Order: sequence, then structure tokens, then C-alpha cells
Amino acid sequence: MSETIRTTPLHRVHREAGARMVPFAGWDMPVQYTSVVDEHMAVRTRAGLFDVSHMGEVAVRGRGSLAFLQHVTSNDVSRLAPGRIQYSALTTPSGTFVDDLLVYKLAEDDYLLVINAGNTPKDVAWLADHARGRDVDLADVSSRWCQLAVQGPRAESILAPLTATGLAAIKYYGFERGEVAGLPCLISRTGYTGEDGFELYAASESAEALWHALLAAGASEGLVPAGLAARDTLRLEAKMALYGNDIDDTTTVLEADLGWIVKLEKGEFLGRDALVQQKAEGLTRKLVGFETEGRAVARHGYEAQHGGRAVGTVTSGSFAPFLKKNIGLAYLPLALEAPGTRFDVVIRGRPEAAVVVPTPFYKRPR
Amino acid sequence: MVPSDRRYTKDHEWVQVSGETATIGITDFAQGELGDIVYVEAPEIGKTVAPGEVLGTIESVKAVSELYAPVGGTVTESNAALAGAPETLNRDPHGAGWICKLKIASPAEADGLMDAAAYAALIG
Repeated sequence: MSETIRTTPLHRVHREAGARMVPFAGWDMPVQYTSVVDEHMAVRTRAGLFDVSHMGEVAVRGRGSLAFLQHVTSNDVSRLAPGRIQYSALTTPSGTFVDDLLVYKLAEDDYLLVINAGNTPKDVAWLADHARGRDVDLADVSSRWCQLAVQGPRAESILAPLTATGLAAIKYYGFERGEVAGLPCLISRTGYTGEDGFELYAASESAEALWHALLAAGASEGLVPAGLAARDTLRLEAKMALYGNDIDDTTTVLEADLGWIVKLEKGEFLGRDALVQQKAEGLTRKLVGFETEGRAVARHGYEAQHGGRAVGTVTSGSFAPFLKKNIGLAYLPLALEAPGTRFDVVIRGRPEAAVVVPTPFYKRPR
Repeated sequence: MVPSDRRYTKDHEWVQVSGETATIGITDFAQGELGDIVYVEAPEIGKTVAPGEVLGTIESVKAVSELYAPVGGTVTESNAALAGAPETLNRDPHGAGWICKLKIASPAEADGLMDAAAYAALIG
């Protein structure tokens, strides 16, 4: 393993913009430009621009592609039409996560997997291992792509003048190939913020030109650069799982409350037997959303208690800038999963009152 | 940005001594590092601390960090305004964002700490 920290094609741009840089998943990334609260609110009310070029991309091609992806992921790839995207899990034989990912169907026998930056080497090795003997061609194309995300209610109106592609026709979890500011892009209506928006995949060499074109086009709409800290609070308000915090190879897809990406009826896949068994026996714990009443923030790793007894662990927690309260996610026993159930989170040695609430915490107005 | 009327620690606290009272806060550099502050757990009145002991906790959206006592003493007051407006710490860390006051044995308690020039050199 190399200890060298990696940088995206926009590293210099971030530094010039005065971003505070931090190491994240082996990458030197912008955590914030001005203020996490301001950036968060910009995305909820206007738009934010994120450099997420650290994400990994793997091309899967060949006649065995569909059968291979059906084997290694929990969702049903046979339901995916060209131009559509699926949220899914790379599962272990125990039904836990190797990673969570997006599966893009570019064409028949031609897919693109978008995976977490910190998991990329592990995922690539995992995929290669399970592709052995199959008619599948795998390529880690992560370094060839940059990825910029324009997120927020004004994302479409910001992007529209820069492209001839009909954005209104791209539905949520759909994509088109096109040009943005004259640069070839895959224009994907996806995101990790709970807002409408687009993720643009382009050649790494296009990153700076694309970034500046987007910022210039969005200036009058209030578009601002946004860092990883805002990305984290935004995704938490929308209850989108973060690998390494909320999900990992010790949590099953069902426990993570992601049963909707487990398609048992599609036939065999890695972890299916374990998930069938877990479903039959019933879950013992589940990822639930909660609010704390005090000002102290429940954070990753803090203990959840009920009646003075340890019952679970907080996986994510933060002050929620838009909702203006303290929220979090925790694995709790099924007996405690109902909204309204009260429990405690131990914060610096003191039990603090918490209550299970319905999720997502934030749902964008339509 | 580094007022010369007080002393500083390497943990980015400031202390301003007036007679037997030491007023304590965090520096502008510290608030910038922490980002948006959402909660300040100030010490209880009457608590006695030794230098370097934990006085309180400051939570930003991103992180939680401890406030260490720059000098030893007994807590006589904490800034009640921070409970309702923790963002004051971001806005005015050297003024309205003061965190607490300690009764100290002697004004000399803070003499070993950095002056403004030394602290300015530390944060570059």
C-alpha cells in the first residue's frame, strides 16, 4: 500500500480558492471553502458545486457482464435499461457490504460502476476475483475521469445554458452523454445531497475548464463551491448511507434498512443465502434515525443505551444545518425501531435523551 | 488578528488577566479551524481546575474539541450568551465570544504563556 496522498485534477483550483484541505480516504480533499453551514444552505436553497473526482469508476464489459453483475450485486441489474442507473450493494457471502455503488448501464454488455474512493483498490480486487472464468472485461478507469456534482434546486437552470442536451428529459437516476461547456460528459441526474442535481463525469483533463465554466454560469444563480463537510451533512439529512460510518462488511444490507436494493427473487447472488436466512429469522437490529434534544452532538461510535443498558452504536451524527437540530443514525434492536421510541446516547460519559424519528430527516419539496 | 492585550497557549486558547480574574476564550485561528460552532459546554461555576485540565467542550458541525485551562483557578462565571448563540464564537472569538472567567491566585499565573508575537509566529 502506498502512503502517498492522492489529489484530484482540481487540487490547485481548490487551494487557490482558499479551501481548507483534509485527507479523506487517501485523498487530499476540500472539506470546506467558507463555512459548512453556508455551503449546506446554498445547496438546499440554490446550488453547490462539488469536486468528487476521488470516487472510483470501474468499466464492466463483455457478454458475461449482466450475469457477473447479477452475481456480485444485490439489486436486479436485469431491470436496468440503457441510460438508467441503479443504487446497489457489492455484497459479501454474509450479506454485508464490500461497498455500496451506482451501476450505470451504458449499453448492452457495457456498464460503469461508481464506487467509494477509499474502497476502490479493495473493490477492484474483489471484482477481479469474482470475474475469473467469466466472459467479462474489467477496467479500473478511476484516474481517467473527473466527477463534478452540481446539486440544488437551481442545478438544472445553471447547467441548461451550457449544454444542448435536454436536461428536463433526464429523469432521476437517468443519464445522457453530451457536452457541457463544449466538453464531452456523462450527464447523470444523481447526487448525494437529497436535492435535485447532476453529477458530471468527464475526462480528467477537462476538470478545470468544466469547474470554471460551471462556476461562471452559476454565479448569478448563487452557485458556490461546496466541500466534503457539507456533502456529509447534506447526505445525512437525506439519510443516505456512508460506507465506513453506517455500513461496512459487518452490517448486512437488510440491517442497513436498504431492503429495497435486495432483490431475492432475481436468483443467485453473493450473500443471498445469508440474507434469505436473516429475513426468515428476523432482524435483530436495524439502522434508524434519531434526534437528540440537548445541544451536544451524538457522533460516530457513541454508545446507545436503553434503560441504562448498552443496546447499540451511533454510526453518524451531526448538527443538521437546514433542519437546525441534532440528528443521527444508529443501529438499534428491532424492539426500539419505532418512531417515538426514547433512548439515550452517551455523550462524554453522560446519557443524553434521544428519540427515534421517521427518515429521511429531510425530503426536498417537489 | 492576534490582540496584544492577552496571552496564548499552543492549544489556541487565549487568557486575559485583570487582577485576580482570568478571562478565557479560543483564538480566531481556533474558530477558523473548527468551522461553524454549534455548541459550547462551559464549565460549572465553582469548578476548580489545574493548568491543562479540561475546562469545557466546543462542538462544531465537523468535530468536537476540548477547551483546556490555560491557567489554574476556580470558575467564577461562564458566558451564558453562548448557549443560545454559539456562533458568537465564530464571529467574535476575542470579544463577545469569551467562554469563562477564573479566579486565579496571582496575575503571574499567565506569565509563562505565549505573548501575541510568539503566538502569531506559531500559527504562521
